[in-house]
Amino acid sequence: MLKSINKPLNPKEKSKKKKPLFLSWLQLRKERLRLLIAIAGISFADVLMFLQMGFRGALFSSAVELHHSINGEIVILSSRYRSLISLDRFTDRRIYQAAGISGVQSVSPIYLNFIQWRNPYNKEIWDIYAIGLNPEHQVLNIKGVAENRQKLREPNTVLFNSGARNEFGAIAKNFKAGESIVTEIDERQFQVRGLFQLSPTFGINAHLITSDINFLRMVRSRQVGLIDIGVVKLKPDADVNKVLAELRSLLPNDVKVMTRQDFAKAEVAFWNASTPIGYTFDLGVVIAFIVGAVIVYQILYSDVTDHLPEYATLKAMGFRDRYLLIVVFQESLILAVLGFIPATAMAWGIYEITHFATLLPMAMDAGRITFVFVLTAIMCSISAAVAVRKIQTADPADIF
Amino acid sequence: MSSQFAISVTQLNHYYGQDAIRKQVLFDINLQIDRGEIVIMTGPSGSGKTTLLTLMGGLRSPQEGNLKILGQELLDSIPDQMTLIRRNIGYIFQAHNLLNFLTVYQNVEMALELHDVTTEEADRRIRDVLNAVGLSHRLDYYPSDLSGGQKQRVAIARALVGQPKIILADEPTAALDKKSGRDVVEIMEKLAKQQGCTILLVTHDNRILDLADRIIYMEDGCLMI
Repeated sequence: MLKSINKPLNPKEKSKKKKPLFLSWLQLRKERLRLLIAIAGISFADVLMFLQMGFRGALFSSAVELHHSINGEIVILSSRYRSLISLDRFTDRRIYQAAGISGVQSVSPIYLNFIQWRNPYNKEIWDIYAIGLNPEHQVLNIKGVAENRQKLREPNTVLFNSGARNEFGAIAKNFKAGESIVTEIDERQFQVRGLFQLSPTFGINAHLITSDINFLRMVRSRQVGLIDIGVVKLKPDADVNKVLAELRSLLPNDVKVMTRQDFAKAEVAFWNASTPIGYTFDLGVVIAFIVGAVIVYQILYSDVTDHLPEYATLKAMGFRDRYLLIVVFQESLILAVLGFIPATAMAWGIYEITHFATLLPMAMDAGRITFVFVLTAIMCSISAAVAVRKIQTADPADIF
Repeated sequence: MSSQFAISVTQLNHYYGQDAIRKQVLFDINLQIDRGEIVIMTGPSGSGKTTLLTLMGGLRSPQEGNLKILGQELLDSIPDQMTLIRRNIGYIFQAHNLLNFLTVYQNVEMALELHDVTTEEADRRIRDVLNAVGLSHRLDYYPSDLSGGQKQRVAIARALVGQPKIILADEPTAALDKKSGRDVVEIMEKLAKQQGCTILLVTHDNRILDLADRIIYMEDGCLMI
């Protein structure tokens, strides 16, 4: 762009071909109000999309937090296992059979059951998900377990979920303050000896971790020898697929065997199919996209219409339709970028607030940022494509 | 390829509408305009003078007859040829139609976007023409900060900076007072004489008729001799 009266020309540029005017930017810059409205509209749509995806991601990732924390490459489950809240037991003989396969370094059982937790302060009863594991093994890589599991060797001890809601009692706060916390589970007293962190998830408001022996004391209806998950840890040089195949042929079909990753995938698939959550949030994204597209279209369309005589004049001067189409498209992409950036910042902030309020693992990642940006660009391009059709009606002969 | 006439019209007929409601608006127009001529077209509303002007300016495609602009035949031409012809023509409309988001300088600069000029050359030409219309102290102003007469002068500068061979003006003085109107036309005439370009002016304004080399009068779609 050439400079006018007060800014002298750069001597190097003088003899080069004149640089073209960046019409789309100049137009947006001058018409501030319209620019701000467009940016607000796009940001709004983008924030909505980020939130929908954020919730969806958080809900599904919280569903498999436990799965990913398992310290073992392979898991053994009852063949009737469907999800953490609809599972069946199987005999622990299976994991000892598995221990004999070459490549297996160690095996460990996990016990799972809902129990009734009595709030030690107001005596209200709430369902809590109890996890029983062998305190001698590092079975779950959850924050708080490694450092505290030794304490579970003592009788009637539990570790409590520091993120549990206050309905369970202000356990974490009071524990950290040094208070001794004792409560009653099925008419038996248990003491909280440490804290760990695990997000609430579908059907589970809070978790509790204890030793296998304490678990059996807690859940008296549980027969000794019946477990819920068998964790198989392999030697460093073992071939996972080979061991998997061997286990499958060895073990009878009252159990199923899979990798830890497939275990997580199966859980996600279950929740995807069993609840409308995935579908609902996906629909939310689509709606936000449409809202954004409509807003941008309105802005671009009124923009084109308002400038129609001027565009017609440009056509009379000898500019091709294509030139004007490019100007409108450039405008829409500039708007996309300017609307996207504040939206990302705002969404990030809302994620943090939501995490603080609900303990859901709301997390922004580079993949999602890229995806929403691409959606924004497409959204604006579609609006531009529809709005430019009006330009074709700008007839220079009609200006007379 | 080069013809002695700037514009040559032969047996031109023009119609609006289709089939049943088709109406003829130009009847057997024959006209030759020399290079460098200043021609005023006048006549009552509905006489077809604006239609003829848009045809002679490459803004409308001829339907019947022959129409040559700067030696190029436009009958049965493709739209792209018309677009290219327009780059040799400067237009001045009754409404100035400046781009309101560009400064005076940038508005004139737009006319040079389609020409192959260096930065230095472009800057010189823009300043020269804006100086000639008396607006050198308003280069960074936006159209909304200018008076009607000043805006029209910018439009003239824009039409002339590309050194066009033909200038088409439709009622350029209609929105201006007597003095501004006269000034505007005199600037056009002076610059045109300097560059040797042909001027075609449609107007009702009696005050400027004396500037023309020739006056063409139209009535009901026909050229009156």
